[in-house]
Amino acid sequence: MLEIRQLHKSYPIGDSSLHVLKGIDLSVEEGEMVAIMGSSGSGKSTLLNIIGMLDEADSGEYILDGLPIKDLTEKKAAVYRNKFLGFIFQSFNLINYKNALENVALPLYYQGMKRKERQELAMFHLEKVGLANWATHLPKELSGGQNQRVAIARALAANPKLLLADEPTGALDTSTSHEIMAFIQQLNDEGKTILMVTHEEDIANMCKRIVRLRDGIILEDVKVTQVRAEQYV
Amino acid sequence: MFDLDLWREIFQSINKNRTRSLLSGFTVAFAILLFTILFGIANGLQNTFAEAFVDDATNSIFINSGRTTKANKGLQSGRQIQFKNEDYDYIKDEFGNKVEYITARIYNNIQASFRGEQNSYSLRGVHPDHQYLEKTNVIEGRYINQNDLQNRTKVVVIGRKIEEDLFLKTTALGKYINLSSIPYKVVGIFTDDGGDNEERIMYMPVTTAQQVYGKHDYIDQINLTYNPEMNYDEALAFSSLLTKKLKDRFSVASSDQRAVRVRNMAEGTKAVSQMTFGLTVIILVIGFGTLIAGVVGVSNIMIFIVKERTKEIGIRKALGATPRSIVSIILIESILITAIAGYVGLLIGVGVIELVTPVLKDYFIKDPGVSNGLVIGATLTLIAAGAIAGYFPAKRASKIKPIVALRND
Repeated sequence: MLEIRQLHKSYPIGDSSLHVLKGIDLSVEEGEMVAIMGSSGSGKSTLLNIIGMLDEADSGEYILDGLPIKDLTEKKAAVYRNKFLGFIFQSFNLINYKNALENVALPLYYQGMKRKERQELAMFHLEKVGLANWATHLPKELSGGQNQRVAIARALAANPKLLLADEPTGALDTSTSHEIMAFIQQLNDEGKTILMVTHEEDIANMCKRIVRLRDGIILEDVKVTQVRAEQYV
Repeated sequence: MFDLDLWREIFQSINKNRTRSLLSGFTVAFAILLFTILFGIANGLQNTFAEAFVDDATNSIFINSGRTTKANKGLQSGRQIQFKNEDYDYIKDEFGNKVEYITARIYNNIQASFRGEQNSYSLRGVHPDHQYLEKTNVIEGRYINQNDLQNRTKVVVIGRKIEEDLFLKTTALGKYINLSSIPYKVVGIFTDDGGDNEERIMYMPVTTAQQVYGKHDYIDQINLTYNPEMNYDEALAFSSLLTKKLKDRFSVASSDQRAVRVRNMAEGTKAVSQMTFGLTVIILVIGFGTLIAGVVGVSNIMIFIVKERTKEIGIRKALGATPRSIVSIILIESILITAIAGYVGLLIGVGVIELVTPVLKDYFIKDPGVSNGLVIGATLTLIAAGAIAGYFPAKRASKIKPIVALRND
């Protein structure tokens, strides 16, 4: 599903440069649910950005679903992101002047889908996250948990191969976090591959595998017994 | 280009940010408003000047005589100079192809009557060329011709107003009109752009007038037009040569300003056309200046908008928006705001001009108006202006990295 070999990335800081990723090897199979952990500055966000095609590696290989991701033009990157990836962000990143339904439909708009079709599909995903009744509400009229569920529906709308979550529970309280995690686990149960950056141990333990990063290298890569989130809800 | 969803996106964006859209539109609307009003006023001034000269051919030269003010060649001052037929012939022979049309004029006031209706009018004895000099439009019948001149026929060509005044129950053409008890046949009726007074005039052959009114071969005035192929400088040289020759012919001192007066319309026309040109340039400069200020304003606000929407644009890119779709959103939004605001300005401007037209008439501004050409030009300019205003912000927006969407703030 996802294959990364000897990935290097450094950022220029003034005259010197900061070597953030120092040779990452990572392979993720279909249906896995992986937590990437590490303190700040460990390179976990950079890794996620590269996987999300939001940033490009200096060297190394990145193959997504058999497709080498290299030297992408901006346009091609946009098409790939739209087709292969679903993003879930810590701060939801919904467009504040669009209602829930329009937000969910946005990736479909960029796919070139017809308006009616797109709204039906978006509605279907909103129902799936249990927010069908909130379709016409603006983000500011929804709670944090609801907003994150809208964001998840949006990430799912384009039926991506890989879901990327950047601290999805970072802005939520514990019980809402568990609710969201239960939902993400359910998606994984249905077969979605999920990659998640977190620094919370209990959230990481709700995944099936934990990859620990420190100073740009993988410190530890272990499979764990998944803690089900439903039990806390 | 016509993508309904794209327009929906744009309208949603404008609608959700009404204040800033209104603000950015305001400068443009104001610029166009100013431009329209200025343009209208300039147009009005131009019309006023044009009207003042429309009556006569612009290459006209009028030659009048008067009393001498200076003694010359043993002749006393105060001597009356009188043009005669031979002077008319002299000019015609002497200047040949430099003269386009030439006519003599004899003035007289007469009492005219037809079946009990009567009124006094001014009468002009003229040559056939007079028609082209005065820009007389014959609407019925004909003008004075060469045959009338030779045979001293008793015919007149009358203005439309005279027909209205005297021929109450019938038409004038072919009827006989009484001028001081002598019947004259009406052979033509004319209109003149110079207004009602110019249409209360009647023309008769110069030879007939000389015979009937006992003026021998006297002529009151000679009018001519110079060959229109002459440029301004040549025309001036021609009229000064004409002046000199006529003064010599009548033994008038060259410094005598009264005895022989040659008035060249080219001088006035030149001054007016220079002034109108200057006015147009000033207005264009002011208009474009304000428009540029408006464009800079819109551009500024669009840059601010892009900055404000950086995160949104980042999100859109993360969701699969191509740089092109981002550029079109910003560019079309900019063009739309500029074009709509510009049009509002144009409409208000035209409305204001319509409202004040009656008032402005007192200030020598006639029919200020905005032509269709200007409206079309303004539309194209506005679209171009909107595109220019949106270009840099759009470029900037397309360069936003989707990574900003991931940043937590």
